Amino acid sequence: MSALLVIDRLRVRYDARDVLRALSLEVTRGEIVALMGPSGVGKTTALRAVAALQSFDEGQIAVDGFVLAPGPVPPESRLVPLRQRVGLVFQAHALFEHLTVLDNVTLALRHVLGKKPGEAELAATTLLDALDVAARAGAWPRQLSGGEAQRVAIARALAPNPPLLLMDEPTAALDPERRSTLGATLRRLCEQGRGLLVATHDAEFAREHADRVVKLGNDA
Amino acid sequence: MTAALLCLLVSLAAQGSPARPGTPRVLVWGGDAEGGAPFVEADPANPSQVRGFDVEVATRIARGLGRPGAQFVQVQWSNIDQSVERGDFELGLSGVEDTPTRRARHAVTLPYFEFREVLAVRPEDERRIRELADLHGRRVATLGATIAYDLLLAARDSIGLIPVSYDDDVHPYTDLARGRVDAVLLDHIIAQRALRRLGGTGFVILQRPVANGYYVGVLARADSALRDSMDAVLKEAMRDGSLEQIFRRWDVWDATQGALFERVLRAGVMTPPAGTPGAQVVAYLPSLARAAAVTLLVSVLSMALAVLVGLALASGRVYGAAWLRVMTAVYIEVIRGTPLLLQLFVIYYGLAGVVRLPAFLAAVLALGLNYAAYEAEVYRGALEAVPRTQLEAGRTLGFSEAQILRLVRGPQALRYALAPMTNDFVALLKDSALVSVITVVELTKQTAIYATNVGSWVVPGALCAVVYLAMSLPLARLARRLEHRWGGRAP
Repeated sequence: MSALLVIDRLRVRYDARDVLRALSLEVTRGEIVALMGPSGVGKTTALRAVAALQSFDEGQIAVDGFVLAPGPVPPESRLVPLRQRVGLVFQAHALFEHLTVLDNVTLALRHVLGKKPGEAELAATTLLDALDVAARAGAWPRQLSGGEAQRVAIARALAPNPPLLLMDEPTAALDPERRSTLGATLRRLCEQGRGLLVATHDAEFAREHADRVVKLGNDA
Repeated sequence: MTAALLCLLVSLAAQGSPARPGTPRVLVWGGDAEGGAPFVEADPANPSQVRGFDVEVATRIARGLGRPGAQFVQVQWSNIDQSVERGDFELGLSGVEDTPTRRARHAVTLPYFEFREVLAVRPEDERRIRELADLHGRRVATLGATIAYDLLLAARDSIGLIPVSYDDDVHPYTDLARGRVDAVLLDHIIAQRALRRLGGTGFVILQRPVANGYYVGVLARADSALRDSMDAVLKEAMRDGSLEQIFRRWDVWDATQGALFERVLRAGVMTPPAGTPGAQVVAYLPSLARAAAVTLLVSVLSMALAVLVGLALASGRVYGAAWLRVMTAVYIEVIRGTPLLLQLFVIYYGLAGVVRLPAFLAAVLALGLNYAAYEAEVYRGALEAVPRTQLEAGRTLGFSEAQILRLVRGPQALRYALAPMTNDFVALLKDSALVSVITVVELTKQTAIYATNVGSWVVPGALCAVVYLAMSLPLARLARRLEHRWGGRAP
């Protein structure tokens, strides 16, 4: 099966210091890849580069045929194909504080995909239901627990239906039971034909739920 | 050390205390040199001195009282009554009009000059406008808190003209020449002086007076004995021709004054002709309500303009190219760094040669553009306070930058901006009082007129404060409720 994401010798420098040096990895559909390493090793930087939230200095990133080259981040108008292919769940969730759970999920459906309000709400409710947070649809982000906020963030990232989902430290705020539930959820997403790249420093979670582990060290 | 302080205090107290009985004191009198010639003006040859017929009348009174001289104290014209009553000076003289209210509240001298309230109109209107009755629907300017203003207020109800109140007696005539108002009603001396200043063109003075009035000196109510002495001096000056000489020197003598002197010398006491009705609280309520509506309207429109322009400026500063950021920064700093009063004058009078903005529009523009600079900084701060990850989340979902601003950043920034915006609106509500300098009669100005007419600030001031609070408190309450709702509570 052809790779959904190909990162080839990715190099990112900050102030003449290498944050990432020649990182290469692949993620195929139906696969969970854990990007592991201690804090500060560049896991988040790698995810941000794939999501075109930051520039990189060398190498290449290809997402389902869409290629990002070294240099400044292209303007959003040229990133539309990438945005359709990649979803990102932030470590701190970054839910829109001024919108309810339901509106967080419907926002992209309505304003990016152009769905009618009724249609968008139905799709969002289905997603929230699948992630077991439909009961919190009317709540504000600040009223959610850490686990609930994370599932809402996943629902929001999945709303435009991207084949590749990036997750940054998803287990950071979860107890063991919630971690296992999250693992099952991610597996279900994979079985729907998605590829997942999960940045984590949680070795146990990676061992139990990832198909492959890519270790990032200081020599990455 | 203590002894030195004691000495200093004793010497200061000695300076402030009245002279010993029997030692003639200088006559301290108050007037407004801003009113200008021929009443009182700074002497061009020696600006630390004043000159004018009122200066000479004061000197003549001082001499008649056996005082060694007369000392001038500058006071704003509309505050002469209250200053004399609180003892800032003994006599107020500066084209002070004889009104029933003034007589009821203060000790007032005999009238020493008779003036005529005359209409001035543009030359092309001379045939059409002959009296107040011809001014239905027209804008008629005058000085606030005068007999002329009261006449115009009465005519507003009976004739349907539009009174326009000014803080000075120069701009009514320049605005008449420019077409901003259709007529000016003021004392004939002021009208003649304005005509000379404009080189005899721009307007004509209608010969038939609308009303007559007298200039008097005003003293504190308790000083009726001193007033009686001054009346005796004035009569003597009328008899010996010294008053006539003063008026002739200042070119304001005419037959009317001779007739007035005769009447005064024969009858002794005069009653004021042009009546100011006894000022009752109830009588002023409609005017105060109208003025409060003006304040609210000016404030709301100005704030709407400030919000729109402020948003544009803030967007320019946050999203714009380098040149746009520089330009918006320059605008903000220039506007914040110069007085609002100056901006009002520039927009209304300074630009009059290019564009003649109506006063209300100029007020809204000046206030709106001024507050836009402050709003811009509030919005810039609020936009920059929205966490970066919120914007990045918007990007990863496929929103354009404009959509992120509209759907994510703007709504969140609005919450951060709400409290400072409420503050600014309350400040604007109070700053709107400044627009009275360009003839917009708003709440504070109307209160000042009311206070001058009733001779006290206690009731008018309290009423005015209540109305301002009635406008600002609900706003603050609404803002608090919104903040509370948006701020929410954790479960």
